[in-house]
Amino acid sequence: MTEQVVRLPLSTDTALDAPAEWEELRDRCPVAHASLPSGDTAVYLTRYEHVRSLLSDARFVRPTAKDNAARVAPGGVGGAAATGSSSALPDRGEPHRRWRRRVGKYFTAKRMAALRPGMAAMAEDLVDAMVERGAPADLRAGLGFPLPVYVICDLLGVPAEDRERFSHWSDTFLSVTRFSADEIRSAHEEFVAYMAGHIAAKRAQPADDLLSALIQGSPDTEDADDAEGLSDDELVATGMGLLVAGHETTANMIGKMVSMLLDDRSRWEQLLADPALVRTAVEEALRFDANLGFGVRRYISEDIEIDGQLVPAGSTVVCSMPAANRDEQAFTGADDMDLSRLPNPHLTFGAGPHSCLGQALARTELQVVLETLLTRLPTLRLAVPVAELRKTEGLLVGGLREVPVAW
Amino acid sequence: MKLSVDEDKCCGAGACVLAAPEVFDQRDEDGVVMLLVDTPGTDQHAAVREAAAMCPAGAIEVTETP
Repeated sequence: MTEQVVRLPLSTDTALDAPAEWEELRDRCPVAHASLPSGDTAVYLTRYEHVRSLLSDARFVRPTAKDNAARVAPGGVGGAAATGSSSALPDRGEPHRRWRRRVGKYFTAKRMAALRPGMAAMAEDLVDAMVERGAPADLRAGLGFPLPVYVICDLLGVPAEDRERFSHWSDTFLSVTRFSADEIRSAHEEFVAYMAGHIAAKRAQPADDLLSALIQGSPDTEDADDAEGLSDDELVATGMGLLVAGHETTANMIGKMVSMLLDDRSRWEQLLADPALVRTAVEEALRFDANLGFGVRRYISEDIEIDGQLVPAGSTVVCSMPAANRDEQAFTGADDMDLSRLPNPHLTFGAGPHSCLGQALARTELQVVLETLLTRLPTLRLAVPVAELRKTEGLLVGGLREVPVAW
Repeated sequence: MKLSVDEDKCCGAGACVLAAPEVFDQRDEDGVVMLLVDTPGTDQHAAVREAAAMCPAGAIEVTETP
């Protein structure tokens, strides 16, 4: 490691560009010292092989409150997602694996495919409303932000009239700078109170949704632990986890994906000419997104070596998935967006035992959004120059504040 | 081409099913990978290689046979 300290987050020319530092870091200082907005220091990884291998290493997990790990933001602002949660859910080893498989079985590729028609109908309705209000429109407010929260509400069996409250809570949980600690605390309390009532109602009257199924467990299984449903604390934490992990991330990705495809309109035209490219185009948008957010933290609980350098126990490592996704050693023409790239083993959903539980859901939502827009608004274009797109202020999940479009 | 999967490593992401639905599936009870065939036909080879590359857990092993 050199003595030079990288100050995170790195700045970029436009909201869609990659920071200039990544290439140099990958080349010369792949295991770098970094300082976080909190003032704490961490180790910053930018090479594909290092990021992939650390994320896949089951010994290391996200910092917990008791680890005294590097914090992202000062003063504990940013809630559970920023500081490391003291959640009711197991975060490592066999208990984590059991929880993940119990919840994960609702997120299989086939189940997500079955949700596709419902998602497409929601996307159609949102596009209808946007068209009715007329161009120019903000694609984030009109489509990107509402769609994923509607989908999560459906999964949880939350009625349509409560969707806006979920949007607000989700927005608040993830912000590092936009809301005060008091606002974040009260959103958290409201959410827990709402979920407690909602769970009680589902216990009394189960329906065909994820929560009801988790409440009931799997009575037919031979495994006693799986036969019993999750506790109330686990259910609230699971609901919170889905919202935090699944809403703003997907909402932002919708806005960024569309912006990247419209930034060079030949990309959009390529998709119009060959809609079969939607699947690989979504993967390439996931890989190419340089504004993914801060990166994923890992608390190093025992000494390890990365690239021949000692990373001592007690260190916090920030894995930059977007920097790794631009690593020429892993992707030919890494700085070119290639809508037919195959295979595309990007790290946007992480890797290993903690890789994104909802990735089949996110992929399906992104594919549905893109298909809907290509069909309904083929003349779509950005209504402002790319240089005028602004990043969201939150640090954890990178996004665009507005995505002004016309058609 | 011969295929094997490591169920312990599998994290249930479903990337393999999206890439090669005729070769991979996920168990209903826990989302863990299931092989529908372990010696896929040549028409499936490209999709299988993609699935193996995409697997976030590195749980799919492809052995190319001459």
